[in-house]
Amino acid sequence: MSIEAPLASGAGPDDTPEPSLIARLCARHGDRPAALIEILHDLQEALGAVPDGALGEIAGRLNLTRAEVHGVVSFYHDFRARPAGPVQVKVCRAEACQAMGARALIERLCARQGVALGGTSAGGVTIEAVYCLGLCAQSPAAQVNGRLHARLTDDRLDAAIAAEAAGAAGAAA
Amino acid sequence: MTVTVYVPRDAAAKAVGADAVAAAIAAEAAVRGLDVRLVRNGSRGLLWLEPLVEVATPHGRVAYGPVDAADVADLFAAGFLAGGEHPLGLGPTDEIAYLKAQQRLTFARIGLADPLDLQAYEDQGGLAGLRQALAMAPEAVVEQVTQSGLRGRGGAGFPAGIKWKTVLDQPAGPDSPKYVCCNADEGDSGTFADRLLMEGDPFCILEGMIIAGLATGAAEGLVYLRSEYPDAIATMTEAVAILERAGWLGADIAGSGRGFRIEIRRGAGAYICGEESSMLESLEGRRGTVRAKPPIPAIAGLFGRPTLVNNVLTLASVPWILGHGADAYRDFGMGRSRGTQAFQLAGNIRRGGLVEMAFGVTLRELVEDFGGGTASGRPFRSAQLGGPLGAYVDAPMLDLPMDYEALADAGAMLGHGGVVVFDDTVDMAEMARFAFEFCEIESCGKCTPCRVGATRGRETVEKVLRGEDVARNLVLIEDLAELMRDGSLCAMGGLTPMPVLSAIRLFPEDFDRAPAVAAE
Repeated sequence: MSIEAPLASGAGPDDTPEPSLIARLCARHGDRPAALIEILHDLQEALGAVPDGALGEIAGRLNLTRAEVHGVVSFYHDFRARPAGPVQVKVCRAEACQAMGARALIERLCARQGVALGGTSAGGVTIEAVYCLGLCAQSPAAQVNGRLHARLTDDRLDAAIAAEAAGAAGAAA
Repeated sequence: MTVTVYVPRDAAAKAVGADAVAAAIAAEAAVRGLDVRLVRNGSRGLLWLEPLVEVATPHGRVAYGPVDAADVADLFAAGFLAGGEHPLGLGPTDEIAYLKAQQRLTFARIGLADPLDLQAYEDQGGLAGLRQALAMAPEAVVEQVTQSGLRGRGGAGFPAGIKWKTVLDQPAGPDSPKYVCCNADEGDSGTFADRLLMEGDPFCILEGMIIAGLATGAAEGLVYLRSEYPDAIATMTEAVAILERAGWLGADIAGSGRGFRIEIRRGAGAYICGEESSMLESLEGRRGTVRAKPPIPAIAGLFGRPTLVNNVLTLASVPWILGHGADAYRDFGMGRSRGTQAFQLAGNIRRGGLVEMAFGVTLRELVEDFGGGTASGRPFRSAQLGGPLGAYVDAPMLDLPMDYEALADAGAMLGHGGVVVFDDTVDMAEMARFAFEFCEIESCGKCTPCRVGATRGRETVEKVLRGEDVARNLVLIEDLAELMRDGSLCAMGGLTPMPVLSAIRLFPEDFDRAPAVAAE
């Protein structure tokens, strides 16, 4: 899904207000409060983040309080208030990957990118920790813009990041 | 003549280049004018060999691996389409010792075919269990599960039959539904069996869920699947749609007049949601905080209704049990641990992968015979069993049989069957610190022993690491561990002491830190 719809309502050609992105995402899940997490995932896929400004409308649609929606957004590690950089690296730091040197791998990656774990480098590379990608027999592992990479070395990780950076630059051009 | 070549579509294969290998095979076949039918199968679970390419020859399937896209032209030149010899050749797949020595029941079909080929699933024994169940009374299905001795594969090992019976015994009606929830929030480091099965044989899990619905009187099933597994989410979602179109899911299952539908729901990166009551909260769209028990979910679960919560592998064991009979399943295993367990060899291990064996296999057989020792070639020092809340074991414990009770007696636990191996470079005090840190990051925050204990525990281990008052701080850690174990609401806080205390008990030398020299 791309960012094709405005966050707020706009007027459609026949003068009926066009439903906002949030209204459409909520409607897709029947405006059910039980589907809140799915709705937040869909919103983040569309916007790259779950912006603070979206919480009120979601709450209204699902008949929840804004505090309840905020509580859910802040509980789950997946949801972010601001989009990640064009290249998002999620490196595993759970035990199996640690047994294969993940800690040192992450430290070296952060040093090369000039950023602390959890941050975004000047070059637009966001590096985050993740706890298990289910590739524990092929450690260390990471996810770069959603694509999985295992048996990582410094070179393989850099190549994966470079490939995604080139792809992101190509898409932006 | 068309030759069928198999290249796995499993995330474990794709993460090491399987897509590029498949593309290279298609391109090379086109260049050479050869007729190749490419099948993207599930993974066989021999993960050190991925991407594992197989060729169907008149004498059976022949394997090559690990194959890199750069090897493909060379494989063609060596005549691999006819099973030709090549340095990457592994011989007939069925004869690979790692695979041949296993007792695969739940994973019998994995890697054989395209996981979304329903006809292939049926040809290989799929749906036989469901057909049996459709012809039986719910009580009789539950009795089969009870008789099989099947215990929950998520970690706790609770007898599945008792849970099923409890849900069956709850009244139900049109306005008072029951639910079947499949716990696919496989967050434990060192475990990937659920993922392999979801990506490699999704129909088996769904068949188990449908049987569970028929047996307990539930008409609705939900799969809670972690967001870290996008490939599994895609495969399971597609598998549900295929079963709906084929009439195995919906208002009228195969003309039986009984209905069952399944919804796939994504998690959002919270480890705690693998705990069943947190998972139910999350399925209701809320923060994944733990619920106090009682009431148990079998009586008041999702939306307060009777809910059967089972792990992926528990549900996936059921079709085999119904298809082959409870006694046949019971014949595997030892003591009160019946059937088979999917062990997962991970971390610093030469031959990592999935090993399905009857309970009772020793840790040494798994780590040394199957696993081939450490990947680094250095001496084995420790293994963590059963995920981040499981105990560390040392070399003298390698002869322990993998059995719920035997491991519990030795102060360890089987959990979800994960075995994470460490070589002699591991710092066990650092691993103890990490156990607290992980609990600190992932605690739901509802109960104080876990929420506060994790932070205080990490800080105290850090003092030990710095050599501050080591003996007194170790006593403090023991005391805190006891409080967390006895006072936490769920296994997160309750079991975090397990890796910590086992590390202290078995590797005291790692905690015997000298104070850091003061800066000059």
